Amino acid sequence: MELKTNYKRQLLINKIFDVFFKYLGLFFLICALIALLALIGNLVSEGFGRLSFQFLSSFPSRFADKSGILSAWVGSFAVMLMTALFAIPLGVASGVYLEEYAPKNKITTFIELNITNLAGVPSIIFGLMALGLFVYKMSLGQSIITAGMTLGLLVLPVIIVTTREAIKTIPVHIREASYAVGATKLQTIRYHILPYSAGGIITGIIIAMSRAIGETAPLITIGALTFIAFLPASPFISQAPFVSTQWMFDPFTVLPIQMFNWVSRPQEDFHTNAAAAGLILIVFTLTLTAVAIIIRNYFRKRIKW
Amino acid sequence: MFKSLTLIACTSFFMNTIAFAQSTIKIDGSSTVFPVTEAVAEEFQNSKKGAIRVTVGISGTGGGFKKFCRGETDVQNASRPISKEEMEVCAKAGIQYYELPVAYDAMVVAVNPKNTWVKDITVEDLKKMWEPAAQGKILKWNQVRAEWPDAPLNLFGAGSDSGTFDYFTEAVNGKSKASRGDFTGSEDDNTLVLGISNDKNALGYLPYSYYSSNMKKMKALGIIGGPEAPSKVAVLPSKATVENGTYFPLSRPLFIYVSSISAAKPEVMEFTKFYIEKAGELASQVKYVALPAKAYKMSLDNVAKKKMGTVFGGHNEVGLKIEDLLKREAKH
Repeated sequence: MELKTNYKRQLLINKIFDVFFKYLGLFFLICALIALLALIGNLVSEGFGRLSFQFLSSFPSRFADKSGILSAWVGSFAVMLMTALFAIPLGVASGVYLEEYAPKNKITTFIELNITNLAGVPSIIFGLMALGLFVYKMSLGQSIITAGMTLGLLVLPVIIVTTREAIKTIPVHIREASYAVGATKLQTIRYHILPYSAGGIITGIIIAMSRAIGETAPLITIGALTFIAFLPASPFISQAPFVSTQWMFDPFTVLPIQMFNWVSRPQEDFHTNAAAAGLILIVFTLTLTAVAIIIRNYFRKRIKW
Repeated sequence: MFKSLTLIACTSFFMNTIAFAQSTIKIDGSSTVFPVTEAVAEEFQNSKKGAIRVTVGISGTGGGFKKFCRGETDVQNASRPISKEEMEVCAKAGIQYYELPVAYDAMVVAVNPKNTWVKDITVEDLKKMWEPAAQGKILKWNQVRAEWPDAPLNLFGAGSDSGTFDYFTEAVNGKSKASRGDFTGSEDDNTLVLGISNDKNALGYLPYSYYSSNMKKMKALGIIGGPEAPSKVAVLPSKATVENGTYFPLSRPLFIYVSSISAAKPEVMEFTKFYIEKAGELASQVKYVALPAKAYKMSLDNVAKKKMGTVFGGHNEVGLKIEDLLKREAKH
């Protein structure tokens, strides 16, 4: 009899604790959400009225109501493109090599350890390294290519690690089946490993990109500029060969730097501009994340094992 | 297919880097001078319809001079004259420069609008509050002047990386960067505006443009400049008092430096002249105090006569009148 009541009491305590923990978790989740919503709400209430076609298509100006973020968003976009061109091939190839080819020895372990460490290095350190190496040693100057390579290095560990994780999730029998029908290692990777892990890899890439887009510190270190009232050269030209790489070597500014400059101005109107630019940046990031989710779902549906 | 693509990419790469070297004027330096230079750069590019590109960066007066003396920038924004060390570096690189004052900046000592006990303040009082020896000791208003209330003295000032900090400490404490450390310091002057406007017992200093944009949130104090000042009574900061030199010693000229090597390029020379001609009008538009018209004329003359070098000899001077400055002969 006594045993039964003890058991019941314990059950009740456990149940209460269960419910308590559930609501504790919910409470913290709501706290985080409220903070996020408050931030976005503040930005919207301050900056939404400023959003217009004029704002997106004008250069910065000394008059708050005439200035816009044309050079900033084009700069952000160009830097992102450069980052992607640089980091994706390098990151995915490194991930594939480490997961598929690298012999399991001390050197590999050392490299793996360092890649993990690299992910934790503060971004300003990457900026300092880029200032010495890209800007001065390789004399690339304060250009879009320098910025792209700097941010590329910064997000490289993220891409490598997610690529490896994505490859690891492929069941071993897929690989074995491929070998069994006589495929080479390269063919196995090309036709099975990479397609099946594409969803995971692309998600990783897009997460890396959305981190890079908000980075300011390394770009300030390499000397991104604050006032630019022109666009980088067009990648397409009228004479043969019709494509141009001049844009990579042009000076640039990016959205976070433009925002920072406006926030530190004394005039209230510039703060409104900063909020509006912040909204655009958030939309940029959210779009990237949405695209990541869509791509992941698309690839998940396609795989039928 | 791949081969030809690579080939196209390679040739276009080299062709373009040579063929499309559009002339760009690079400017860097002080964030205080930035708004004026930004305005000039905007107007200049508009007048050229985009044929000449101008970029303006912010890396502080010191950081900017480093680039300037390496020959990386054409024009340098400076909120103080070039220092002795910087002169030497520039000389080694063979870079001479035009030193051109473009506008005035004033520092405002401000308190909360609810503060009833103080209207004006002497430089002596400011020194008592701000000197390094005051750290941890001068914590109440009545410790500075006995008639002020027994209320905590909450100080707000510029962060130690800013030119405003350098100048204020030099003007008040007699030595650049010598300041007490226990105050709320920020590189972002908007933080100081917020701090002063929310605290009845606050006192702080900040650039004039931040005061003029937030006049309702703060009360500026009249400054009694001491024996060297042109005026013996308290002087409030305003366009007029900065212009006639009576707001002493907290107003200073801002400069641009133009590299001699860059000035040989016609577009940089054109920009320099454009800057001097428009600086007065544009400086007022961005809430700075313009120099007297005479000063800009003298600068134009100096450029025409190729008078280079600094008139300061590597030292900053407090409360200097602009006419006197332009009359001086440059010491290289």
